[in-house]
Amino acid sequence: MESTIIKSRNFNASFGSNTVVKNVNIDIPRNHVVAVMGPSGCGKTTYLRCINRMHELIPGATSNGEMTINNENIYDMHPIFVRQKIGMVFQRPNPFPNLSIYDNVIAGYKLNGIKLPRAERDRIVEHSLTRVALWKEVKDSLNKKGSFLSGGQQQRLCIARAVAMEPEVLLFDEPTSALDPISTSTVEELFHELKVNYTLIIVTHNMQQAARVSDKTAFFYLGELVEYDETKIMFTNPKDNRTQNYITGRFS
Amino acid sequence: MDGKSIKYRIGKSYFAQIVTTLFAFACVIPLLFILGFIIKAGITKINWHFLVNVPKPVGETGGGIINALVGSILIIFFASLIAVPIGILAGIYLSENGKSRLAYWCRLCVDILQGVPSIVVGIVAYFWLVKPLGGFSALSGSVALAIMMLPIVIRSTEETLKLLPSSLQEAAFALGMPFHRVIFKVVVPVGVSGILSGVMLSIARITGETAPLLFTAFGNPYLSFNITKPMHSLPLLIFNYATSPYNDWHDLAWGASLILLFWVLFLNIFTKLITRKWKVQL
Repeated sequence: MESTIIKSRNFNASFGSNTVVKNVNIDIPRNHVVAVMGPSGCGKTTYLRCINRMHELIPGATSNGEMTINNENIYDMHPIFVRQKIGMVFQRPNPFPNLSIYDNVIAGYKLNGIKLPRAERDRIVEHSLTRVALWKEVKDSLNKKGSFLSGGQQQRLCIARAVAMEPEVLLFDEPTSALDPISTSTVEELFHELKVNYTLIIVTHNMQQAARVSDKTAFFYLGELVEYDETKIMFTNPKDNRTQNYITGRFS
Repeated sequence: MDGKSIKYRIGKSYFAQIVTTLFAFACVIPLLFILGFIIKAGITKINWHFLVNVPKPVGETGGGIINALVGSILIIFFASLIAVPIGILAGIYLSENGKSRLAYWCRLCVDILQGVPSIVVGIVAYFWLVKPLGGFSALSGSVALAIMMLPIVIRSTEETLKLLPSSLQEAAFALGMPFHRVIFKVVVPVGVSGILSGVMLSIARITGETAPLLFTAFGNPYLSFNITKPMHSLPLLIFNYATSPYNDWHDLAWGASLILLFWVLFLNIFTKLITRKWKVQL
């Protein structure tokens, strides 16, 4: 299989007349963790939301350029199909408050009207929750509401919900910025295990996190992709001045 | 500051508190009086016989309000059948497309509709339905009441759904759910308590409406289940009998008033209960 899974060429995204992602070219390798970092307002979240076509849900939002998954243009596919292939985890944990933990995990099937036999559902729920290291904690309270869990557990539940759909790529939009340090480290540990099966793209404005969890790092500044390289090189020997300034904390 | 000035200020503060408390109390008193008066006048008239019989002709004692009770239930049921789906769907549109031009005009119309006097709604129903169909009918009454329900259902649905966090919808969209499933499987179930309470309040609101029924459902001294024919209802019965010169009929009107009052009270309490019971903790 080809090693590149997501590819962008000359990709732009705008809100109305305001272009927030400018001419981005990037190759995301399969089964890697790629961190996207940059100061607030640099377009990193917008870029992420373009990958699974969540960007276009905002009124006035447009995009152009090439964005492919496995060499297939994402913008030629149906967004519903794209979003099942590319899962997403948000900044704030957002389990469905009206559903139980069990139903939250299989929400992607249940709410999409996909009927599965009971045994298959049980298997998916256990498998997904095990993947996110939540099974042991919740296996006796699967019928309780998802909002009953702590913030960190809720976020892992949301990851399980995305994982349950067996996507190829998982997008994380600042997944730990609403979590305490202990929950953060639990989630970060997950990234290493998840990349065995999935490709992970993580937006973060926390440089240490990017350095800790990622194989490759992209640095966005003012809507442009300034630099994209192996994380180790990015943090030890960046080529661009702006990257250098950012990682040394001269601006944030 | 000298002691006298402080005492004066404390006194003023007490005075303000007493005045506000007094007026708050004054608002409760009329309601209590109305309740007490109607209960006193009506409670002795209500018995099993009263609930299951049709009114007797003048001169005969006894008689009940079953025709009006059944009529009210049927007319309100069909009014809800019309107004609730339309109102909820329109409310969903307004909360989802709040900034579109259509939403602006829709909201304006809803606000105006809310202010239209009920008698005007009745006249319109009369000219649109009663005249073309060639006669009074309960169904035309339902339509008139449905028009009165719409603004409440639409606005309460819109307000409820607008308060839900957008992250909820994003979570659903990110799982690859199409719009209709996001709305009906996620957004509406989470907002169900607010939507239902709007529906309940709108029913409570139209329960006592008399004017639109005067020239639509018209009234009927007999028990009828045919919604294409004239039908009685509680407020109509009260209006007709209370203005009549017979004491027996006055008694019926008092009893019916009390039933109506209980009905509205029950709806309000019920609304509070379901709002609490079905509220989804976000």
